[in-house]
Amino acid sequence: MKIVEFQHHQSAHCENGVASNVLKFNGLDISEPLVFGIGSGIFYVYIPFLKVNHAPAISYRPMPGIIFSRAAKQLNIKIKRERFSNEEKAFAALDRNLDLGIPSGLQVGVYHLPYFPDEYRFHFNAHNLVVYGKEGDNYLISDPVMETTSVLTKKELAKVRFAKGAFAPKGHMYYPTSVPTEVNIEKAVLSGIKKTTKDMLAPVPLVGVNGIKFVGKKVAKWPKKVGIKKANHYLAQIIRMQEEIGTGGGGFRFIYAAFLQEAATILGNPSLNDLSQNMTEIGDDWRDFALHASRVCKERVKDDNAYQQLSEMMIDISDKERKLFTDLKKSL
Amino acid sequence: MKKDSIPQDESSLSSKDMKEMCYAVDENGEYSTALSSGWKPKTIALEVTMEDLNERIENAKKLVLEGKKSPIVYFMELSRMDWSILASYMGKRKWIVKRHAKPKVFKKLNDTVIKKYAEVFEIEVNELKDFNENS
Repeated sequence: MKIVEFQHHQSAHCENGVASNVLKFNGLDISEPLVFGIGSGIFYVYIPFLKVNHAPAISYRPMPGIIFSRAAKQLNIKIKRERFSNEEKAFAALDRNLDLGIPSGLQVGVYHLPYFPDEYRFHFNAHNLVVYGKEGDNYLISDPVMETTSVLTKKELAKVRFAKGAFAPKGHMYYPTSVPTEVNIEKAVLSGIKKTTKDMLAPVPLVGVNGIKFVGKKVAKWPKKVGIKKANHYLAQIIRMQEEIGTGGGGFRFIYAAFLQEAATILGNPSLNDLSQNMTEIGDDWRDFALHASRVCKERVKDDNAYQQLSEMMIDISDKERKLFTDLKKSL
Repeated sequence: MKKDSIPQDESSLSSKDMKEMCYAVDENGEYSTALSSGWKPKTIALEVTMEDLNERIENAKKLVLEGKKSPIVYFMELSRMDWSILASYMGKRKWIVKRHAKPKVFKKLNDTVIKKYAEVFEIEVNELKDFNENS
């Protein structure tokens, strides 16, 4: 096997982190916020008929894998993606890559990941990590949300690669096959921003800023519609989707604000610095919302007023984001 | 978020010596990263979710002991699954797995199917077959 020097850098979000770490290994120095911005990682969609952990699904990000795919396309990087019908083939392909010294991204389920705290172990199948080597029967893992690298046995890795349920990874492995030495970063940053403003301002009810407003209005009705117990459960789910799984609410806004700062320098457009500041404030609003919502959850507040207030907070965030993405669109 | 207000609350992350990375602005308004040991609102949301989960598990146990459901329901909840996820792990249709939740149907299941359930739940076959108060 070829021993490679793989630099592990911790990141806030797994998919950006894998992309940034793998591209850095391949000689393209690109930060997590740049991957996130170029890959148009900010998104919002409400899917009421799909239940996740017995609550309606809200996603703060596009479909798993899309951020890296979009960023790669903009940067002219070719990525090979492979899925497998069985474990045998999946590990043969991984071992082949490691023999060639190719660190490979894997999509995995988190439920069986032994290094995660028990409270984080749910059947969520869109986590990402890199395998960069093998020692005997153990695989060397760079999980971007961890501070340091980890080790998984083949059995453990097989479990997470073949987790079942929604977004089942089916052994999904991905790695760049060609990385250009020169990239047109300005063009990529511009396209990434354009795509984000288009998605967040999409003229449909359940997506982007409209989606946030839609859910905001729903929240006020939850106590009457589903009862206080379920409403509490739904609220807990919102906070977790927002701040935990992929750090969608405040967390994503801060990564995007960091991206806008980098973009201001890359494009020589100082107005993006002001928008970065606005985005930071909106991120703080999301965190404020999570803080209030968690109090309502903890105290199992029974009056509708608390839910009314949370509803107003969300609608306010939606209005602020509409203004921000409109200004962002104009500033280009 | 300002760098000095990155929360350092106690959380379940510490059980695995984990810290998560956050983006925040420094005193000059420049973005950089720093680590957080956890944030109380997130811990609360997780606790509420775990409480709900434990309630579901207890309720399932009661139903199994009362003979209203088969042990599959209890272990499904214990494994944090729902019918879709369990069906997916079993490689069977959802309605078939749901039928196995009926005690009468469950009793007639052959050993291969029981063994598959045990594997999916990561338990021994007899834990499914001899479900009791102490399970």
